[in-house]
Amino acid sequence: MASLPPSAPIISLRGITKMFGSGPTAFQALKGIDLDIEEGDFVAVMGPSGSGKSTTMNILGCLDVPTAGEFLFKGRHVEALDRDQRALLRRRYLGFVFQGFNLLSRTSALENVELPLLYRGEDKKTRYEAGMAALEKVGLKEWWDHTPAELSGGQQQRVAIARAIVTQPAVLLADEPTGNLDSERSVEIMELLTDLNRNSGITVIMVTHESDMAAFAHTIIHFKDGLVERTEERVKA
Amino acid sequence: MLGTTVILAFRAINRHKLRSFLTTLGIIIGVAAVVTMVTLGNGATAAVREQISSLGANVLQLRPGQGFGRGGGGPRPPDFKPQDLTAIENQLTGVRAVAPLVQSSGSTAIYEGSNWSTTVYGTTAAYFEVQNWKADTGRLFMTEEEEAGKPVCIIGNTVRTNLFQGNDPIGKRMRIKGVSCQVIGTLATRGQGGFGDQDDVVVMPIKFVQRRFTGDRDISQILIAVDDAYDTSAVQASLEELMRERRKVKAGDQDNFNVFDTKQISDTLTGTTTILTQIVAAVAAISLLVGGIGIMNIMLVSVTERTREIGIRLAIGAVAREVLMQFLVEAIVLSCLGGLIGLFLALIASIAIAPLMQVPFIFDVKVNLIAFLFSAAIGVVFGYFPARRAAALNPIDALRHE
Repeated sequence: MASLPPSAPIISLRGITKMFGSGPTAFQALKGIDLDIEEGDFVAVMGPSGSGKSTTMNILGCLDVPTAGEFLFKGRHVEALDRDQRALLRRRYLGFVFQGFNLLSRTSALENVELPLLYRGEDKKTRYEAGMAALEKVGLKEWWDHTPAELSGGQQQRVAIARAIVTQPAVLLADEPTGNLDSERSVEIMELLTDLNRNSGITVIMVTHESDMAAFAHTIIHFKDGLVERTEERVKA
Repeated sequence: MLGTTVILAFRAINRHKLRSFLTTLGIIIGVAAVVTMVTLGNGATAAVREQISSLGANVLQLRPGQGFGRGGGGPRPPDFKPQDLTAIENQLTGVRAVAPLVQSSGSTAIYEGSNWSTTVYGTTAAYFEVQNWKADTGRLFMTEEEEAGKPVCIIGNTVRTNLFQGNDPIGKRMRIKGVSCQVIGTLATRGQGGFGDQDDVVVMPIKFVQRRFTGDRDISQILIAVDDAYDTSAVQASLEELMRERRKVKAGDQDNFNVFDTKQISDTLTGTTTILTQIVAAVAAISLLVGGIGIMNIMLVSVTERTREIGIRLAIGAVAREVLMQFLVEAIVLSCLGGLIGLFLALIASIAIAPLMQVPFIFDVKVNLIAFLFSAAIGVVFGYFPARRAAALNPIDALRHE
């Protein structure tokens, strides 16, 4: 069941620019991005290196702030939030999946998944139940006490996804989630993301280099030279 | 939030047991050293005080000459006469007991083939009163034995052990300096004193010792126990006045006798041991400081090593303050654990070493508490800088860190 198209987009960027450095070495990574992402969408972001897609993802993930422009998240301006406010926004609404998995080493799958709940101040019982439920969703319930070193790459990425969704975020940001996996594992991960998008109503924004992976998305945004080159709406599967 | 950070800190420490142990080693050694030193030092002070008080609390020792020896050059000042003793007994107020004393060291005691070199004290029953010394078995001198200078003796525990082994010495006859005497009592153990083994002694009636060993009626020392109700220094002053008069010391001339107040020695020696303890503890405290720097060092390395971890935490919504708290709490937990282990080691070390040093083991809650709080404070001080550095990391850069 696809979510109904809402009246207002969950994310809206207007004239976003980003400068790195200053003076003669200054570099403009984003030259004015306009972007709307609907709630419940599955978006793939593509583009060559240096096209500004990572910078855009960092801004969308509230890890970085734009130099200029407007960023509306759920209709609220968030471009001028300070460090801690952005951290709280990430904690409340966002989930992250990285190319390198970024799990805590020497830490069990369950403890990794519970981590965001710990920062939310949830009690032990809630953490355990939600953590196990998230692991079950990614099919790793039996592996809850294994550390990342004891898991395969595909399993590690699924633990990372469980960690990202354990807080039931509005938006899941995935930065090349299949970049370190073989094609079979990649497809499994994409199917998992598709399932989360469709059945849990999570808006997924994913950066990828591979068009095979982008093919799972409903919308593909192509970046080039710090601008959105074109947006491709696909027939929903 | 504090609960969360404490959980996280304990997890991080648990995951890196060896590193955590090495980090705290400095604190462990520092705390153990400081507490052991202070504990043993306190024991030594207590031992000194105990030894001094075993000389008798508020006891004045009257000796001829100046200072401890018999004085420097010049004619040897005369010993005291029995009349001096009587005068002190009758003319001095505030006196609880007065005992004369003559000593004969290097005296060989023999009993059935065993022999033992010891010191003979010639005195009266008042001596035991002055010294607060009780008989362990048998009895003390009777007036009649004192008056007649009968060949009876009361032996200290060291003599008893070396001469009689397991046998009951009461009623036995032993030889001392070639004369026979009957053992009528044994003394309670006093242990090591400021002037050697106090139990290595044979006490006999003074008249017997004078007649058989010293050959005159001189008294080399008079011990005066001051009544608790009186001021020792006032009694000392009137004693000095009395003796100047009796020994015909002219006004302006130096005394040819000296009065030693045991309380004075006690205060001096206690002060000395306290100062020594403080110096040693100060040296040990430096090692505690070095331990703190060790914690800062490892925590800084840890921040670099765990940059990615910090990035992950920040990305999933930890605010800077929480990361700061986690690292700070980690440092504090480490140093507190180190402090506790150090206290435990100090406890073991003190219990083990105290008997070797022949000082009592005294557990001082205050010292342990201060050392522990100090180690916790080190965690705060030296943990803050690395923690602030961790919290200031940019999540994007931190995540990219290899």
